[in-house]
Order: sequence, then C-alpha cells, then structure tokens
Amino acid sequence: MRIEVTINGHKTALEVAPDEILADTLRAAGFASVRRGCDTTNCGLCTVWVDGRPTLSCAILAARMDGRDITTIEGVAGEAEAFARLLVAEGAEQCGFCSPGFIMTVLAMKRELADPTDDEIIHYLTGNLCRCTGYMGQLRAVKKFLEVRP
Amino acid sequence: MKIVGKGVAKIDGLAIATGKPLYTDDLVPANALTVKILRSPHAAARIKAIDTVAAESVEGVACVLTHKDVPQARFTLAGQTYPEPSPYDRLILEDLVRYVGDEVAIVAAADERAAQKALELIKVDYEVLTPVLDFEQAIDHPAVVHPETDLHCNFDIGHNRLRNIAATHKVEVGDVAAELAASAVVVEETYYTQAQAQAMMETYRAFSYLDHAGRLVVVSSTQIPFHVRRQLARALELPASRIRVIKPRIGGGFGGKQTAVAEIFPALVTLRTGRPAKIVYERRETFTATNSRHAMRFKVRLGADRDGLIRAIDVECLSDTGAYGEHAPTVFSVAGEKSLSLYNKARAVRYAGHAVYTNKLPAGAMRGYGATQGCFAVESAVNKLAGALGLDPSALRLKNIIRAGELDIYHNRILGSASLDRCIERGRELIGWDEKYPSRDLGGKVRAVGMAVTMQGSGIAGIDTASAEVRLNDDGNYTLLLGSTDMGTGSDTILAQMAAEVLQTPLDAIIVHAADTDVSPFDTGSYASSTAYVTGMAVVKAAGELREKIIAAAAGLMNAAPAEVTFDGAVLTGPAGDRLTLAELAQRSVVGPDRRQLAGYASHGSPVSPPPFVAGFADVEVDKETGKVELLDYVAVIDCGTVINPNLARVQAEGGLVQGIGLALYEDVRYDERGGLQTNSFMTYKIPSRKDVGAIRVFFEESYEPTGPFGAKSIGEVVANTPAPAIAHAVRNAVGAWLTRLPLTPEKVYAAMTKQPKERTCT
Repeated sequence: MRIEVTINGHKTALEVAPDEILADTLRAAGFASVRRGCDTTNCGLCTVWVDGRPTLSCAILAARMDGRDITTIEGVAGEAEAFARLLVAEGAEQCGFCSPGFIMTVLAMKRELADPTDDEIIHYLTGNLCRCTGYMGQLRAVKKFLEVRP
Repeated sequence: MKIVGKGVAKIDGLAIATGKPLYTDDLVPANALTVKILRSPHAAARIKAIDTVAAESVEGVACVLTHKDVPQARFTLAGQTYPEPSPYDRLILEDLVRYVGDEVAIVAAADERAAQKALELIKVDYEVLTPVLDFEQAIDHPAVVHPETDLHCNFDIGHNRLRNIAATHKVEVGDVAAELAASAVVVEETYYTQAQAQAMMETYRAFSYLDHAGRLVVVSSTQIPFHVRRQLARALELPASRIRVIKPRIGGGFGGKQTAVAEIFPALVTLRTGRPAKIVYERRETFTATNSRHAMRFKVRLGADRDGLIRAIDVECLSDTGAYGEHAPTVFSVAGEKSLSLYNKARAVRYAGHAVYTNKLPAGAMRGYGATQGCFAVESAVNKLAGALGLDPSALRLKNIIRAGELDIYHNRILGSASLDRCIERGRELIGWDEKYPSRDLGGKVRAVGMAVTMQGSGIAGIDTASAEVRLNDDGNYTLLLGSTDMGTGSDTILAQMAAEVLQTPLDAIIVHAADTDVSPFDTGSYASSTAYVTGMAVVKAAGELREKIIAAAAGLMNAAPAEVTFDGAVLTGPAGDRLTLAELAQRSVVGPDRRQLAGYASHGSPVSPPPFVAGFADVEVDKETGKVELLDYVAVIDCGTVINPNLARVQAEGGLVQGIGLALYEDVRYDERGGLQTNSFMTYKIPSRKDVGAIRVFFEESYEPTGPFGAKSIGEVVANTPAPAIAHAVRNAVGAWLTRLPLTPEKVYAAMTKQPKERTCT
C-alpha cells in the first residue's frame, strides 16, 4: 500500500506492506540510524519522533504513518551533534549502537521537561537501554546538555 | 606524557553516536539474499527425515540446506588461538539436535518474507530423545549429548564424551587436606552462579559475497576476525587464502562475539549460490541460539588460623557448557586461577572439577570469563570467614591479599604490580565503611554495606600475539594498522594515543585501520582483556621502530650519525643545526629511485598476564516486607596500572559494574521443563535499566606494570566481577542470611530472611 509521509521535513510517498513496521520502512528508505535492538519495545534503540513525540518505530505499523510527520536523527543533525559532542567528550558513547535512539529521546526530553531533576531525567530515559556504559556517563552528558542555553 | 593519560574523545565517537551507516547491517549489498535458520523445537532429537520440496518452491527462495548438504568436518566456534583447547564438537548442520534452538536447516531467499514462508514449509520428522537439562545430573546421565565418534580435541582436556564431560581440570598446590585439618577455623559453602546473556545491543549479524577474484568476503560484527577466517576455512573446507574477513564498527560484544555464531550460514549460502547473503539475528534468536556465560556450582572450603591468615582454599567446581563446548575448558580453569591467586598467604590451594554437557543453550565467553563466577564463590566465602573470625572483612583481605613483588601461589610467579591494598583503603573511605558497616535498621528497611575484591589477567600468557604496523605516509601523517577489534571500548583510540605518544605527534595525525584480514597485521582478537596490554605493546614497539627509522633516514640525509639527530615529532635537527621537517622527510621517502617508505612493524606476546585489581563496595537497602534489594551506591577502586584514557576507562568500568550488578540482582536465565528458554526477550530477561543501578562511582589507584605499554594493564573484564559478591555480602549484613544462589531476587532474599530471623548479627 502507498503512504504519504513527511520524513525529516521532506514529503515522500512510500510503498509499504500492510504488516510492515516503521523501523524497517525507515531503514529501507536509507535512514541507517534507525536500529532494531529487541522487537519487544524494551530497548528504545528504534526511537524516532512521530509528530514530534518520541515513538518506538519497531512497535508501530508503517501503514499508520500516512499523513504523519516523522523525524529521525538525520533530521535534527545539528542539535544531535551538539549533544553527541558532550556524550563523546564524556567517553559515554562506547559501542554507539543505542545512541541514535537515545539521543532522540534526550532531545525530546529537552523540549518537554523544564529544569528536570536527576530522577525526572532517569525516569524519562528509562525506556532506552544501554549495555555498554552503565548509564552514569550518559547522565553526566545529559546534565551538561540541559545546562546549555539555546 | 602528552597524550597517554589524557581523556581524549574517541576517534570514531561522533560518527557512531549520530547514527552514521558504519555497522554490519548498514553495509549489506542491496541484492543480498536473506538467510534464516530453522531451529529445533526439541532439546534432544534425531532428525529422521526432512522434506524441503515445498520450501524450495516458494518464489524467491535461492536455496534450502540441510545436514545432507554441508561439509562433515567437525569444528569449534570458540574464538581461540589455534590449536584451540575447545573440543571440535560441531557440524554446520547435523541429523542430531542438542538443544531448543539448534540449527536444523538454512534458508536463503530474495527477501525476509519469502525466507520466513519457506521456513514454515520445511517438514521435519523428529525422533524425540530424552534430554539432560540439569547440569548437576549430567555426569553419567543415560542421555549422552555427544554420541558421535568423530569428535576431536586438540589437547587432553579431560574430555569424556560418554559421561557428558566436556573438560576436566585439577590444580593442587600443597596439601589442602592437611592444611584444612590444621586450620583453627574452616568455613564451607556451596554457591551457584547462573548463566548470563551478553545482551549486547547489536545482535549477531554477518554478510558475505564473492569478490572480483572469486574469494569469499565475510563482513561480520565480530571480536575475532582472524579466528573467524580460520574457522570458516575448516568448517567450509576452503583454503584460508580464499577467505577475507572484515570487521566494521561493532555494537558491543562482551565476549559473545568471541564465538562465531552467525558467519558460517551466509558464507555457505554465498558459496552455494554465488550471491551475496546476509543474516541478522533477531533478539529472540540471540537469547536462545547463540551463547551465554557458563552457569557454575562451587563447593568452597576455606581454612584460616585464629589471626585470620588464610591457610587453605579448596574449590570444587561444576560448569554447565550446554550443548557445545565452546570455551568450556578455559572458562573453567580461569574461574579457579583468578580467584585463588588473590590469596597468596595460603599454604595450599586446590581447584578441580568438570565442565559438563547438557541439552541447553551453549555457554561461551562472557566478560570476566569464569573469574566472575569464581569471584562470587570465593569472595562470598572470604566474607563468611570474616564473620566466623569476628574480623572486619576489609582487614581480613588486607592481611591476605597478594602484593607487588610477592610470589603468586597458583603460578609460582612474582607479581609485577599491584595497588589492591590502596584500592581497599580508599574504597572503605569512599563508601563510608566505618560508619555504615555492617548495617543500620531504618524500620521498614535495613541499610547495609558489603565488599569484595577481584583480579583478572591482561591477555593470555604465552599464547596470544598481536602485531601492529605504523607507516609514515607521503604527507607526514601516519597509518596505524591493527588486527584488534574495537567493539565500542575505544581501543582504536587508546592504541592511537600510544602511537602518538611514541611519535610525539597529535592524535589526528594518526589514521587507524582495523580490522580486515587481507590488510591488517595478525592479531588474536579483542578478548581476554588483551587489547590495551598485548596489542598496545605491539603498537609501542612498532612506533618505536618507526621513530628510529625516521631518525636514521634523516641522519643519512644530513651525513650525521643517528645519535646526533634529534626528533621532536615535527622537526629533525642535525648536529650542525640543519633542520628537516617530518613532512619533507616523508615526501623524500617516497619520491625517486632507491627510496623506501618508512614503516615500523612489531609483534608482541607476553609470557605473563599481569592482573588488574578491583576493590568493590556496595551500599544497599533491603525492604523487610518484600525482600527487595535496592542498590544505592557502588564504589569501585581499580588498579589497571597506568590509565591510558581516564574517560574511556571510567565509562568502561561503569558499564562492566552494571553488568555485574545485573548478574547480582536481575539477570536470570530460566528454562521450561522441556528445555525451552523462557527468558528469550528483554521482557523476560531483565538487564539493568537506568532506574536499577543507583549511583556507580569509579576511582583509580594507578600502579605501574613493568611489562605493559606505559605501565598499563587491562580493565575490560575485571570490573564485572565484584558486584555479585559485594552485594550478596551487603544483603547478608542487612538480613542476617547468606544468599548463595544468584540473582538475589526479592523472593530469594525474603525466603532467606524469614528462614533465619534470629541471626542478624554482624559478619
């Protein structure tokens, strides 16, 4: 079936199967940053924004995206890089496989929460697993990022 | 030092963090076949017949391969140096399946949909056999996991196929029985450590194609490209010269990718069809059909005199290697070696037992590699001994631990570097041991602290070898060629830091290339905590050789002796004050006849495996109503020799500690009564999330390892070991009961505390 979506600001038409998940659609369309880590909505690696809200692209059908606005990390490259620099400076990206989904959640959190506490940050990001870093370095980078005024 | 010791950013950090297409699945050719595996639903069964006709007729299916279509040379998937100590107990496909998830058939199709449809149409007639699922019942069980007669071992590892014994090991120094009999205090306990999933975020994956010369190229997310090439050659009966293995960026490994679980399948499909092929394991497959940490049982006896000097350590171990014996003998031996070597005041130590086959997921390598398991058992016993003696457990350790310059009872070698005593002292202060030990009742909850110490190795002594090449390029930059694999640790970066330090050049003047078996110098791979230490030494030697060649070449041009030329990394200065820039020298080394591009090349293997050490301290709260353990604070003080990059070392340590915390509190591999894995997703197998870990605090107490690059030892594995025993100790101090089976779930803690309510005294 055919859907019309906006991906990273560009309107595009895509041919998708009725049972196709958005993560696969996006990867097939060339957005390699979208990763699948679990298939059970536990790991957060596949997080993209749908109409500005962080969404697990492994748990949503592409067919439901008709007319919607999708953002991957490629679509917020400048802001993502600003945070990635802090993450990398902290040494907290390690294997990096979870980073795009994690960064999309961090950027969404920055939009959504004003002046969050550590507990609020941890709560917001809990759906994003990471097996390498132990989370501490990511938290250090997030706190630095939130202090940066736009 | 200008670059070593600095927390510089990872050279590939920004690209991987921002999602650039650098990983295996990002690089697959567009026309690659999708490979899928039909897996056994039975823990043990003989395949009587397979009908693939319907599957082959599905549109888009390129091939369906069964046990009748594969080479018959047995091999091991363990990523170890040849000749591997792991038994050659595998075929690519066999008419016997040994666990739920074992491979039955390989399907390759134009797309995932066709491959999936074909899988469902394969008809298999199984004769279901009785499995052996309980590893404590495996020896001499009527069900034999490996009845085949062509199984092969390269060494005498005490393999006994008909008794389900994959490996047997025994080390005894001194007279353990006599020392135990003479000990004033003896503690005895049996401990169990569970299987643990590596659970790296990028699941197993590989793709393959034939190049312009008809050679097989395999691109894989692996820690061991050179071992993969050798394994493929053996399993596919193909000369290794016809195979090239390339490792792109890797999304985590933790030892899992030291076992080549996926590469053979697309490689075989490419050989059969001539077409590119890829396989990407789903998470469920990664849990059910790859490998995990070995589950173990330890019977520990410790004997000590009244003053708390440990005189005898006796450990009997049983290890569950599952259906295949990858890493069975070596993980087994490391569990004893790394836990008994710590306490060198002992007059006698013994470590013995078996690794056994069962009809379950094969075990393999995982961060800590047996030392994690052994550490839980022996450190728990040491804490119990402290209780029996009425001594502070930190004081007991300071009395007994090995120190630099002392002889290690297990290897009979002098220890080159150690600051474990300082790690213990500092950790005590940082956690607030004196104020918090052993516990404080807060009403509904009890707060308590616990501790453990550990050691690991740095590379495999006498076996592993790494090579490195550094080339001076025509424009004065350098290329560092490595065969090691950075799986996210930042090893490419710290190795470049070492080269830059020797060559006195900025980090961005070094181009790092790793790893491609056609191009890279040989390296055994990134495992056994070897990269910083073994490959690092190869880099230091290679860069040193190049530096000497640069100076010699400049001296030749200046008609001077090399000793008269100084080199500051950018400019060479001769005795008469004549100057030559490195860029000029580089250019002149590649222009015209009789020139030679300058390069340094070195190999390094170490006769010793110097241990890094950690002192770990846990601060927990236990809910008396539910038994739930909440980790509030974890302090680890680490001796990894010289810290090459403090930021990367710190984060690597934090990550390893959290994996240890997962082992201690959450991660639990469970099977149903028929041998099916119940914990086959992140829904059912819980790795720690951000909310589960409390505060993790990492500190370094540097020592100087004389055999390491710039004094460095390893850090990758040792950090995973202390959380389980330290948290178990804290739980004991909170609720008065020892827990001897991991993980420490609320059910177990509650059961233990209600069973022994009176015993809440200090240890």
